Amino acid sequence: MSAQKRIAKELAEVTSNPPAGMIIGLVDESNVHNWDITMDGPEGSPYVGGKFKLLLTLPVEYPFKPPTINFKTRIWHPNVTFDEQGSMCIGILKGDTWKPSSRIMNVLIATQNLLIEPVPDDALETSSAELFKNNRPLYEKEAKKYTAQYAIGK
Amino acid sequence: MDSEDDFMSGLSSEEDNVLQDESDDEGSADDFGFDEPEPDPDVSQKGTVQKKKRSFDINFKVYHPGDIQAQQDELINEVNMILDIRKEDAAILLRHFRWNKERLIEDYMDRPKKVLESAGLGPSTSGPPKLEVIPGFTCDICCEDEAGLESFAIKCGHRYCVNCYRQYLNQKIKEEGEAARIQCPQDGCNRIIDSRSLDVLVTSDLQQRYHDLLTRTYVEDKEYLKWCPAPDCENAIECGVRRKDLDKVVPTVTCDCKHRFCFGCILADHQPAPCDLVKKWLKKCADDSETANWIAANTKECPKCNSTIEKNGGCNHMTCRKCKHEFCWMCMGLWSEHGTSWYNCNRFEEKSGSDARDAQAKSRVSLERYLHYYNRYANHEQSAKLDKDIYQKTEKKMIQLQTASGMSWIEVQYLNSASQALQTCRQTLKWTYAFAFYLARNNLTAMFEDNQKDLELAVEALSEMFEKPVTELADTKLKVEIMDKTSYCNKRRVILLQDTADNLANGVWSWSISF
Repeated sequence: MSAQKRIAKELAEVTSNPPAGMIIGLVDESNVHNWDITMDGPEGSPYVGGKFKLLLTLPVEYPFKPPTINFKTRIWHPNVTFDEQGSMCIGILKGDTWKPSSRIMNVLIATQNLLIEPVPDDALETSSAELFKNNRPLYEKEAKKYTAQYAIGK
Repeated sequence: MDSEDDFMSGLSSEEDNVLQDESDDEGSADDFGFDEPEPDPDVSQKGTVQKKKRSFDINFKVYHPGDIQAQQDELINEVNMILDIRKEDAAILLRHFRWNKERLIEDYMDRPKKVLESAGLGPSTSGPPKLEVIPGFTCDICCEDEAGLESFAIKCGHRYCVNCYRQYLNQKIKEEGEAARIQCPQDGCNRIIDSRSLDVLVTSDLQQRYHDLLTRTYVEDKEYLKWCPAPDCENAIECGVRRKDLDKVVPTVTCDCKHRFCFGCILADHQPAPCDLVKKWLKKCADDSETANWIAANTKECPKCNSTIEKNGGCNHMTCRKCKHEFCWMCMGLWSEHGTSWYNCNRFEEKSGSDARDAQAKSRVSLERYLHYYNRYANHEQSAKLDKDIYQKTEKKMIQLQTASGMSWIEVQYLNSASQALQTCRQTLKWTYAFAFYLARNNLTAMFEDNQKDLELAVEALSEMFEKPVTELADTKLKVEIMDKTSYCNKRRVILLQDTADNLANGVWSWSISF
C-alpha cells in the first residue's frame, strides 16, 4: 500500500531531525511498523535523568488508524499503566481524535509534554493521579523514586 | 426553491393520503395529567395514525423508511429557506443540533458565526464539490505526488488525494459506523464532510450504508422516535410519551409489522405493568437468589457441622449423616434432651432456636408468595411461547374445517380471531401476576383481582374449546360459543387494562416496594 511512502517519509523526518532528547530508529530494519524510541525524561519533570524506552507500533491501516505507544521502561505516571505493557493514554492517539494527516512527530512531542504535564482526568493509574492532583510534592517524590529505580543507569 | 430540490430526497414518500392526527372527543390525552407533548408540528403528518380510543391506548404513528427520509428532507428544506443557507449546510446544522429546528434557528439568528464554527462549517469558499487535478500536488496522507493524481477538498481547503479520501471515508462508514459527523481528515480541522461531497467520493454500496446510517442517527436523535425492535422491520414509531411519564402510563404501540411493544423500554407488550416494575420483576426472576431462598426455606443446617439438610419425611428425630449429631428438626435442640416425647416436639416455648425459626418462617412465607405469582406468570408465558404452534395449528384446522364441513374461508376466520385473542390475553395475564406481586393491598386490589380472575377464567375456557377436534369444531353451536367467548375475553381484557391504566395515571396504586 502507498502507506510505505508516507511511513518512510515520516521516519526520515524524525530520524534526521528528532525532537530534543530523543533517539529514534527501527526495532528491526526490515519492518517499518515497529519503531524503537529512547526518550530522556524531560527537564521540569520528576522523570529528568531517566532514559525511557518506548515502542511505537504502526497498525496495518496506518495512517487511517492511529499508532500505539508502549513504555518498555517502567514509568510511574498517571497516564501510563504501571506494568510490563506500559500502555499510554493520550488524546491524539484516540480513534476519534486521530486524523490521517496527524504526524508521528506530533505524537512524540505530545508524549514528551505528557511527562511534564500529566492529565489526571484521563488517568490509567488512579493512585498516582490522586497524588498528582492533591499532593504534588509527594507525587514528585514518588515519581523520582521510581525513575531512579527503573530508568537511571539501566 | 431551486435546483437543489432533489438533494437527498431520492426516497420521498409516495403516500399522499395524508392522515391528520385527529384529536378524538371521548378519551383525551389529558387523562394522564401530563402536558401532552405535541408531536413536532413541523414533522410531516405522513404515516399511519393510530387513534386513541381507550385510556390505556396512546397516540402513536408508524413511519416507513420513506416517511423518515421525507421528514428529514422537509426539515432541511425549511431551514434552507428560513436561514438562506445551502441544503448541505442545513443538513449538517440540523444534525449538529440533533434535529431541534427551533433551537438551531434561534441560535443561528443570535450568533451565526459561532453556530457555523461549532457545527464544523467554518468560513467557506464556494463551488460544488468535485475532484480536481492540481499540478505539483502532494498528498499529505500517503505522500504521493505523481502527475495527474486526482484530489479532493471540502470547503476548508484541506486537500488530499482521492484514494486516501476514499480510504478514510470507507473506514469511518464501514468500520466505525459514522455518518453524520465525519470530519475533514486534516489534523485539528473539525469541519464536517457534507453528504454531497460524500456522493462524489464514495462507491454506491457505501452510499447506501451512509444514508442508512444518517437515517439511523435521525431516529436516534429524536426523543419521540424509536425503531421497531422486530427483526428485519425497518419502521420507526413516533410517540409523545416521555421517560418521566413512565410511572403513569404503559405506552404500548403496534408497528405495521404487527409487533406490539412498549415504547418506553422496547420490550414486548407488558401491559398493565409499568416499565420499572417489569425491569425489577425480570431481574428478580433471573436472579439466582431465589434458589438460595428455596434452600433457606426448605432446608436447615445441622447445628453441629453445618451441613445442609433437607427433611424428606419421617419423624423429627434427625441424625446428621455426616457427623452423626442427633437433634430435633422442630426446635433444633439436642435430641437427648427430649426424653421420651419422640414424635412431637413440645419444647416450643424454649428460647433456643426460636430466632432461627422466626427467620425461617418469614423466608418461607415470602418465598411462597413469590412462587405463587411466578408460577402463574410462567404458565402464561409458556402458553405465549406456544403461540406460534397454536397459530399454525389453527391454520391447519381452518383448512380441515373448510374441506370437512364445506365452510368458506371467511366462515372459519373465527378460529383465527380466537387464537389472536388467546395470545393477547395471555400476554396481559402474564404481566398481571408480576403486577400483583408488587402490589400492596388496599381497597383497589380486590377489584383488580376480580378482573384478573374473570379474564383468566374466560381465557382458560376459550382455550379448552379451541383445542377441540375438528369434527366438533364444525358444530355451529360450538362456533357461536367460541365467537362469544372470544369477544368476552377481549372485553374482559379491555376492562382490566382500563382499570389498571386509570389507577396508574391517577397514582392510586400502592406498591410493596418503591421503584
